[in-house]
Amino acid sequence: MTHALCALVAICHREFLRFLGQKGRLVSALVRPLVWLLVFAAGFRAALGLSITPPYQTYIPYETYIVPGLVGMVVLFNGMQTSLSLVADREVGTMRLLLSAPLPRWWLLLCKLTAGALIGTLQAYAFLMIAALFGIGFAPLAYLAALPAILAAALMLGALGLALSSTIHQMENFAGVMNFVIFPMFFLSTALYPLWKMAESAQILHALCAANPFSHAIETIRFALYLQANAGAGAVVLVSFVVFFALALWGYDPARGLIRRKS
Amino acid sequence: MSLQIRDLTQNWGQKRALDGVGFTLEAGEFCALLGPNGAGKSTLFGLLTRLFTPKQGHISIAGHDLSRAPDKALASLGVVFQQPTLDLDLTVWRNLLYFAGLHGIKGAAARTAARRALEQLGMGERADEKARDLNGGHRRRLEIARALLHRPRVLLLDEPTVGLDAATRHALVSHVHALARERGITVLWATHLTDEVAAEDRLIVLHQGRILRDGPAGMTGAQLSDAFLALTRKAVP
Repeated sequence: MTHALCALVAICHREFLRFLGQKGRLVSALVRPLVWLLVFAAGFRAALGLSITPPYQTYIPYETYIVPGLVGMVVLFNGMQTSLSLVADREVGTMRLLLSAPLPRWWLLLCKLTAGALIGTLQAYAFLMIAALFGIGFAPLAYLAALPAILAAALMLGALGLALSSTIHQMENFAGVMNFVIFPMFFLSTALYPLWKMAESAQILHALCAANPFSHAIETIRFALYLQANAGAGAVVLVSFVVFFALALWGYDPARGLIRRKS
Repeated sequence: MSLQIRDLTQNWGQKRALDGVGFTLEAGEFCALLGPNGAGKSTLFGLLTRLFTPKQGHISIAGHDLSRAPDKALASLGVVFQQPTLDLDLTVWRNLLYFAGLHGIKGAAARTAARRALEQLGMGERADEKARDLNGGHRRRLEIARALLHRPRVLLLDEPTVGLDAATRHALVSHVHALARERGITVLWATHLTDEVAAEDRLIVLHQGRILRDGPAGMTGAQLSDAFLALTRKAVP
């Protein structure tokens, strides 16, 4: 194993150990979408009529429609949690240890990102399993087909979190920033309602939903769960990942002196 | 030479944190970097560990240029930061293995290096304890053990005794002196406490980003303290 891979394994191992030690994190990661699935969806199924829209070929219950969106919600919150843990790492000093390791900084940040994305993916599958227990299941192969889509979404949202964390200097500032990221990103997406539904309300909302990379992440997952590929949405996710990661690298560039004396 | 710094200059906004700092340390040399709070010690350590890069100047660690070959230079460096950098939720053992992984040491080699590092610092029996459960002195010892795990040629310690009691401070200072003497490790020990400096140490006094004195300490205790205060007072503009 090369030095770079060795570091990747060490960083992933550390993140998994920390994740296992934070019992409440998995519970809250699952309870949040389950509340939406079991309470919100039950309440709104009568109010929100859905017409047939790809990848669906027939009318579907609202609960079925929102499952891919809730998978997206799991990885979205996990991405922001990764960002929060980066800010915490910087405050307690463990970030210094990581960034002074003898490896390129971009690789160290990618390792950190990958570790967070793998944990997010794990949480997403735990949610899909519970959803299946409530009768909202998919074809066995669909779970495998969704893996790259979920992982790509987790990486993209993790990269966004990483870029954001480079701009946040104190934990206290984090909640405010998150409110301006998580909620608009989630509600201005196809997680809870299809694009055409937004168009009925306002064209500007429809445009924002269509431009939101999170919508594309959800659609990539949605199509994969029905064993179909949405190449356009997938491409947007990958390009967004590259852009967010480039911003994160710029944010953590040693020439910019982000990790300063007291930060 | 193990550590070479030339003409290092760094600004934070309008404030000049380091102003043309330069010195060279040989293998096995123990150098005390003495300076009051805000002298620029932590900025210098940030530059030496490449947390940020200098606006001007040159750093070479174990013969490797930090800007051109950062990986090789950083691989030769062991660091104890002023701020604790342990993962408090992991055990002592896992903290060491995590660090070993970051330095490309894996499997049996990592376990051997971790065991050796713990034994050298007399912490073998604490391997399974969570870092959170260690007292301040043991946390610092663990950080020193970790910094030595990959057998670096240069060891940087940024005010490592802050918050420790007198006995623990004395033990740490003695141990690191022994590392320089017996294992030929070059040590740069930043402090603002004159009682951590031995007469035979190399002494660099840093104040307001500039080196005021560089040479053998030649004195200790109250005499050194008086000399240090006189030097830094005189330099106040």
